[in-house]
Amino acid sequence: MKRIYSVLVENRSGVLSKVAGLFSRRCFNIDSLAVGETNDPHVSCMTIVSSGDKRTIEQIEKQLNKKLDVIKVKTFEENASISRELMLIKVKYNKNNRRDVMENCDIMGASIVDMSKTHMIIQMCDTPERTSLFINMLNGVSIVEVARTGCLALQKCSEE
Amino acid sequence: MTGADIMVKCLEKEGVKDIFGYPGVAIAPFYESVRASKINAVLVRTEQSAAHAASGYTRINKEIPGVCAVTSGPGATNLITGIATAFADSIPLICITGQVKSELMGGDVFQEADITGACESFVKYSYLIRDVDDIPRVFKEAFHVANTGRKGPVLIDVPIDIQQADVRRFNYPDEVNMRTYKPTVKGNMVQINKVISELEKAKRPLIYAGGGVLLSDAGDKLEEFAAKHNIPVVSTMMGIGVIPTEHPLYFGMVGNNGKAYANRAVAECDVLIVVGARVADRAVNQPDLITKDKVMIHIDVDPAEIGKNAGPSIPLVGDASYIFDDLLVKDYEADYGEWIEILDGYRERLREKEKESKDYVDAPAFIRALSKSMKDDSVYVADVGQNQMWSCANVIIRDGRFLTTGGMGTMGYSIPAAMGAKLADKSRQVVAVCGDGSFQMSMCELATIRQNKLPVKIIVFNNGYLGLVRQFQHFNYAGNYSVVDLSGNPDLEKLSSAYDIPFIRVHNNTEVDDAIKKFLKNDEAYLMECIIDPMAVV
Repeated sequence: MKRIYSVLVENRSGVLSKVAGLFSRRCFNIDSLAVGETNDPHVSCMTIVSSGDKRTIEQIEKQLNKKLDVIKVKTFEENASISRELMLIKVKYNKNNRRDVMENCDIMGASIVDMSKTHMIIQMCDTPERTSLFINMLNGVSIVEVARTGCLALQKCSEE
Repeated sequence: MTGADIMVKCLEKEGVKDIFGYPGVAIAPFYESVRASKINAVLVRTEQSAAHAASGYTRINKEIPGVCAVTSGPGATNLITGIATAFADSIPLICITGQVKSELMGGDVFQEADITGACESFVKYSYLIRDVDDIPRVFKEAFHVANTGRKGPVLIDVPIDIQQADVRRFNYPDEVNMRTYKPTVKGNMVQINKVISELEKAKRPLIYAGGGVLLSDAGDKLEEFAAKHNIPVVSTMMGIGVIPTEHPLYFGMVGNNGKAYANRAVAECDVLIVVGARVADRAVNQPDLITKDKVMIHIDVDPAEIGKNAGPSIPLVGDASYIFDDLLVKDYEADYGEWIEILDGYRERLREKEKESKDYVDAPAFIRALSKSMKDDSVYVADVGQNQMWSCANVIIRDGRFLTTGGMGTMGYSIPAAMGAKLADKSRQVVAVCGDGSFQMSMCELATIRQNKLPVKIIVFNNGYLGLVRQFQHFNYAGNYSVVDLSGNPDLEKLSSAYDIPFIRVHNNTEVDDAIKKFLKNDEAYLMECIIDPMAVV
């Protein structure tokens, strides 16, 4: 089972390692982890995507709550949330595949944000599934580098 | 005033009278302030003992966490095993470590160790102080965090320049304000009523008590509740002594080293009330299957403990002491007389046979004789190894305490913990029981005992082997013994005379009674060596 944990933590040094360390020590998976400051500069929000059986999912929430730097933990299923991931891909193109790349970008709603005579950087912001799909679609093109933020998620408004 | 002065003032505000430690350059300002204060600092002979001694101290004192303070680098890393031991048994400690100068941190300079990073997975919380003005708040929070909710060790790492920094004023906060830490102590009434209604329906209820009951000082209330409704009690290793071991309702320690009749009781009960225990693999076989044929009520102050190893039918989060208060005011009618009769039968039938041994001291019989002769409120500290298994199975605890390390099983715990226990309450008799292996892990502390005139009594079961490992190899590796031979052991008589500690050697069972009399007679340190059959098994 996949679960998204939206974890509000004290914005202090060392907190990220404490939370990440908890996952490794207790043998919980981390599919992705993204951290950033919230509207309150003393508070950061970590979005952690993890998977496991029912007991593991419950334990993850309890163990997160036990951490003294954790203010609040929200757990939700994927379909109860809006999730997005930002991805930057640098590809090497040539005149034969340039049009294909641009077409793929159009179809998937990605944009080209930087370019040289041989390389371009494509930016895409979408659900993690669609960002993965886009990487597959670029299979024929030589991918130089990929950077992904990991999933960010908030509970859907209707679930509040 | 300096930061170090403030640290000491904080300890005084918390009522700390004794600390254990080992100085060094990075903690020197703190120890200079300690010298000028009323706090008694005990110099142990290796840092690990400082944490164990603080553990023994707080387990007897019960009011304030044990405090230890060591220097940076190797001093701090030597403390780690002691911290991990306390964490595994939920013992409240304040561990203060010196750190190199703030500006040098991260440069791999002399005696630098990232101790907060290294200890992350076995402290309840840790602080690295970066600003001298944070000291009062950090200490206030640390004492609160260590000693409330699920107790545990808290580490405070203080760079030397912070200890040396000038401070104008000292203001100790009256209360802590931590938005992320508010442990639940009172149980939910709905759940408490469910417990009562399950007990009303039950035919064969059983209370399964762990160390958490002792940590919340709820032993008397548990005993009152058990007696009021005639509910039998078993305990984990950490729970030994929650009610007197000879209480008619007490059916021994559970687990693979426990009593067969205790395990039988767990297997056959229909309502199992687990209190302050984590239901780990040592105590229960296949804990995840426990609820298949019974209702399991799990009472624990730590919500994460509930459902971690065994799925409860009724979770009840709270402090055992508060929960028994609430349970005690509820009345209901039920008769468990038949169940008690069954268990009495098991206890009679499954009792271990007395073994006769003429050439050696029989450890189980010795422990029964010893603990019977000890004062009612005395403290019995068991180390780790065969001595621990024999102690758990045979010790008689009345109004006293049984201390050991159940979670981590750290060899060498008993002597420093006994020192701490004795210092916490000098009126109580304190006996440490160890094997020849575990004794040698802490025998340097004989000097601490001598120097501080701590009348701690030590028993060494000498079988010339790491007995429990040898036994394991005997059964699991076809008797091929590998690296368990302790034939280089020192002559304990000569050793004790070197430390000016009286000594007695017991060769066989006939000498036991007289030796125990001599050993316990005066309130003085004493070392007793018992010659145990090298091939004896638990």
